[in-house]
Amino acid sequence: MRFGVVRFPGSCDVDDALLACARAGEAVELWHADRDLHGADAIVLPGGFSYGDYLRCGAIARFAPVMESVIEFARDGGVVLGICNGFQVLCEAGLLPGALLPNVELRFICRQVELEVVTADTPFTREAAPGQRLSIPIKHTTGRYFAPDLDAIEDNVVLRYTADHNGSARHIAGVCNDARNVFGLMPHPEHAVDPLTGSEDGLVIFRSMAHARVAANA
Amino acid sequence: MLVRPKEGILDPQGQAVERALPALGFSGVSNVHVGRLIELDVEDPSRVEEMCERLLANPLIEDFQVERPKAGRFGPDAPRR
Repeated sequence: MRFGVVRFPGSCDVDDALLACARAGEAVELWHADRDLHGADAIVLPGGFSYGDYLRCGAIARFAPVMESVIEFARDGGVVLGICNGFQVLCEAGLLPGALLPNVELRFICRQVELEVVTADTPFTREAAPGQRLSIPIKHTTGRYFAPDLDAIEDNVVLRYTADHNGSARHIAGVCNDARNVFGLMPHPEHAVDPLTGSEDGLVIFRSMAHARVAANA
Repeated sequence: MLVRPKEGILDPQGQAVERALPALGFSGVSNVHVGRLIELDVEDPSRVEEMCERLLANPLIEDFQVERPKAGRFGPDAPRR
């Protein structure tokens, strides 16, 4: 299982994402200007401020050369995870429903939060149990999830906050596409893979992805 | 192009400005919304709407409006200041 972690100019969570992926499989770094996915079995778009987040968060990055390949990979059923800025990029690319808006309080929020696993029926949560609580940090200014028709995407909700943090609609923390092979979340599972930083709960995401791949190969 | 938050979408930036104005003695202000102004010179103006839909605005959360002044504020034809 080889994870490919994309580095855009302004991505700042690449190293932690590589480390988290390496605990579940092999991890390679991909470069935004390179269309080649270098044989990756799953793609991770990490957190940060791609292209300075100019215009809107993720709006420029979605047109990066590597994204042409990522979009094609996703359309072919490839597993793609977007964390924070990566979530914003996937929404801007139209691979995930909805959009991320500035936090209600207009402030940067950085704190450990509790999440509820809404469904384990995705390649990203299959190692978790529905209703399981995860302790994972958030750190963002533009994390208020919005979708024009929330009832229509209710089956796409994968993770919810157990309390309100940023004004997200229905406490939504992470959503997948209809085919369930693309998933984006604002919390940072890659920062929760070692007891040293308070929680290992983020590992379940990366292990699920690795096992999903193994199951697909079997 | 004027890019604005869509009607009905919570606009905390507009709300913050709306709360700040009375503090300075400007009373009777309501419905404040903060958007974005994008200025550009373009050779083929027929594609401006497409630019807005594909990049300059996110149609899920923003409305846009295109204005076509005869001369821009910048460039060789700009009015002298």
